[in-house]
Amino acid sequence: MQEILTALIVCCAISTGLAILILIVDATIGNYGECEIDVNDGAKKLKVEGGQSLLSTLKSEGIFIPSACGGKGSCGLCKLKVTAGGGEILPTERGWLTDDEQNNGIRLSCQLKVKNDLKLQIPEEYFLVKEFKTEVISIKDMTHDIKEVTLKLLEPSNIDFRAGQFMQIMVPEYELSKEEVYRAYSLSSPPSQHDSVEFEIRLVPNGICTTFVHKYLKEGDKLTVNGPYGDFFLRDTEREIVFIAGGSGMAPIKSILFDMKEKQNKRRARYFFGAVSKRDLFHVDTMRQLEKELDDFTFIPGLSGALPEDDWDGETGLITEILARHMSSGDNTEAYLCGSPGMINACVEVLKAKGVPEELIYFDKFA
Amino acid sequence: MSNEYMGYFAIFFSAIFTQNVLLTYYLGMCPFLGASREVKTAAGLGTAVTLVMTCTTVLNYIVYKYLIVPYDLEYLRFIVFIIVIAAFVQVAEIVIERLSEKLYNALGIFLPLITVNCAILGVSLFMVIREYTLGLSFFYGLGSGLGWMLAILAMAGIRQKMTKSRVPGPLAGTGIALIIAGIMAIAFMGFSGVIKG
Repeated sequence: MQEILTALIVCCAISTGLAILILIVDATIGNYGECEIDVNDGAKKLKVEGGQSLLSTLKSEGIFIPSACGGKGSCGLCKLKVTAGGGEILPTERGWLTDDEQNNGIRLSCQLKVKNDLKLQIPEEYFLVKEFKTEVISIKDMTHDIKEVTLKLLEPSNIDFRAGQFMQIMVPEYELSKEEVYRAYSLSSPPSQHDSVEFEIRLVPNGICTTFVHKYLKEGDKLTVNGPYGDFFLRDTEREIVFIAGGSGMAPIKSILFDMKEKQNKRRARYFFGAVSKRDLFHVDTMRQLEKELDDFTFIPGLSGALPEDDWDGETGLITEILARHMSSGDNTEAYLCGSPGMINACVEVLKAKGVPEELIYFDKFA
Repeated sequence: MSNEYMGYFAIFFSAIFTQNVLLTYYLGMCPFLGASREVKTAAGLGTAVTLVMTCTTVLNYIVYKYLIVPYDLEYLRFIVFIIVIAAFVQVAEIVIERLSEKLYNALGIFLPLITVNCAILGVSLFMVIREYTLGLSFFYGLGSGLGWMLAILAMAGIRQKMTKSRVPGPLAGTGIALIIAGIMAIAFMGFSGVIKG
């Protein structure tokens, strides 16, 4: 008996002693004291406690940098330009940064630890990014696998964004995920709607957030979101517009179209929407209504696998084929695409072949 | 030179050459094969192993002599040694990050990985089995670390050159690396007899 006790006590004593040693070293040598972060050449100066990652330090200062993995270095979204004090690029960042980015001081803010004074460039739109506490006020089935979720903003109660931007939804711990994760979804509500936001969310088998929204989320639940992010918005030109979307890619386009209606934008616009069969189509009536309300707008839904019972007399074939049939020349055209990477890449090829310059093709890929 | 100094010298050199922990005992094979594609990473890992091995051997000697032996807990030495190694690596990481960013970046992700390198634990256990004194343990740890570093540097040098040679398909990668390791081990046997350690 005494032998076991001695063993236990000695083991515990050693472990405790070492743990205390680590704590002391961390608190003394690992203490970096107060550091100053200079944002955008002196536009903002933050006094922060060193020792944490840049991403979480900025978050505690109310500046949200897009990040889907929550700082594990596995999504590569939280890139920032660090002009001074960042030190060398870490091995954990290399895989995410192109040679150009490495030479230009771009860093992953979740990997960079704040150890001294830093100078950074943060895009202006990130300052508009806030964290919102919200309440789910409605969940509607749009198709067999897409739900439209409406959230009422509680704190803060107002949002400003540009049509086409996205937000991140925080999924709390639940069966499929042992930790909080963030997933990005495009806003489908128009920017004029300030007190609530809407998302179209398609069920992805075993997707952490989509399963949560489809199987667990109920009306009345509280949900935390942050945003807005992204540069997928309508450019202010006179060119003709081609929108192309599939599935929940409907969301940002719908927001942009409503925004065009409210701003009485008279540009010619065509919207190609790809689906498999009729049960994958949604918001068709909304789009038909917009055709009447907008000056020069045509909605062209296409089915790639129409069923006999669909009784479909519209366009058929892959979205790329329908696009190729309808577009004559790509001069004076700009294109906005939203959907799966496969669909986007295929459509970009068609657009380029039709003569749309690559720099006028904007897209939002669901990775 | 007195006998005592000769002892340190013999232990140190035999740990590097004749009793090389990697090539004669085949300990620490996993990082040896995994991180020996480039001389640069091999040097980083080798430095980290040398540092950790030297310090943990000494620390484990002290823990063994003043805590484990007096309480008759020799059977617990495996777990205690691992705890000491893990804690030391943690502390070393914090200190190095603070003191030298250059070294910290050079060691990179290798430092935490070393916690589970069996060569480190192996050296501490040999130190116990062979009943070294504190001074001998220090030289044995340092020598073993340098020996490990020498082996992985040689391996990385060879593998870098090998990229230009045509290796038969089924042997490419780890297969040929193990054959090289075997030939290197035979070469190191040539040192035996040089030092009576």
